[in-house]
Amino acid sequence: MKLVIINYGAGNIQSIMFAIERLGYKAVLSNDPAEIKAADKVIFPGVGEASSAMKMLLASGLDALIPTLTQPVLGICLGMQLMCNKTEEGNTQGLGIFDVDVLKFSNKVKVPQMGWNTIYNLKSDLFKDISEDEYMYLVHSFYAPDCVESIATTNYEQEYASALQKNNFYGTQFHPEKSGDVGEKILGNFLQL
Amino acid sequence: MLTKRIIPCLDIKNGRTVKGVNFVDLRDAGDPVELAKIYSDEGADELVFLDISATEERRKTLVNLVREVAATINIPFTVGGGISSVADVEVLLQNGADKVSINSSAIKNPQLINDLANKFGSQCVVVAIDAKQVDGQWIVHLMGGKVPTELNLFDWAVEVADRGAGEILFTSMDNDGTKNGFANEALAKLSTLVNIPIISSGGAGNMQHFVDSFNSGQADAALAASVFHFKEIEIKSLKQELRNNNIAVRL
Repeated sequence: MKLVIINYGAGNIQSIMFAIERLGYKAVLSNDPAEIKAADKVIFPGVGEASSAMKMLLASGLDALIPTLTQPVLGICLGMQLMCNKTEEGNTQGLGIFDVDVLKFSNKVKVPQMGWNTIYNLKSDLFKDISEDEYMYLVHSFYAPDCVESIATTNYEQEYASALQKNNFYGTQFHPEKSGDVGEKILGNFLQL
Repeated sequence: MLTKRIIPCLDIKNGRTVKGVNFVDLRDAGDPVELAKIYSDEGADELVFLDISATEERRKTLVNLVREVAATINIPFTVGGGISSVADVEVLLQNGADKVSINSSAIKNPQLINDLANKFGSQCVVVAIDAKQVDGQWIVHLMGGKVPTELNLFDWAVEVADRGAGEILFTSMDNDGTKNGFANEALAKLSTLVNIPIISSGGAGNMQHFVDSFNSGQADAALAASVFHFKEIEIKSLKQELRNNNIAVRL
């Protein structure tokens, strides 16, 4: 299996690489459209600020490529948020894969949400053999509201979508690569889709 | 519900874990990677690696150690010590660190907080603040608590949050090493002043201290070193005790 992690200069890719290695797979880092297109699975990571991450995607032309991919694609954290219509962070236009707008948590709660929270209302094969209410690690100030594409719910200030799916596109707000053994299993599920 | 976090801190010097009493008289408490794995397996929510020699000796944080830890564990970890530039942070994040903690460099150059938040996002910027009471005022200190600054803890906390810090790691130098509990009054005040998570540090001696820090101190996370390293408190039992006290934890 050929697994590509999209390398567009955003964030902590090494943690995902290591998690994939622990699962017994190898991943290639790439920003080459041909290589990304030819992959069996694509991971779209992202840590950092939305508008600068989007600028890097625009500069490399990956913004046009990603929505056309047909193999399973997993966006993680900011990656997932950039797959949405738009985000309040830096008033940034997203890739428009998930039909939802990303909003900022209010000041009624501490922002960012940082730490372990539960996921529930689990749908999709991404959560095969994963129990409801498992703890995942989340670090984020912006969130995707609950919507039809939601495949996992988390509660912080209100219920929101902590994972999304539309056709071959998956997104998790939480970091499966940093969420202990259960997180690693979710990542493993994606690799076996 | 978002849970309260228990964070073992591994103070690193020359590639080994050490823990001082009031930051002097360091004792060797083991191999950092081995300890990291043990803590991860026991249910630690995060880890902090602090290269305590780095600031004094102007050494860069141990990149190889970061890589080795990231390859071994699947929970988040923060690296601190001797970080003074955007380039320093880039190297650490590229090698698998999730967050960095800055302390003296933020005091010397507060703009660094903005620069890091803008480039990497607030979520990976932890500002560590060491403070102790001088004539009834909480004063920020440098160099592991040796050098007083002119900064007041609460003013500085508000400033770092405004500049884009994602989290504050507050160590009370009055409490550190005493095992008499965390500085809960100051902690609670911090939580009323800033809207980012606060990690309490300094003074953990027993499980009740953690309960108090989450309840009266309103901390979002609690950090400790020697009570974990010397197995005076086991993380699993601690989290069970917290849950018995109706504090949300990941078990």
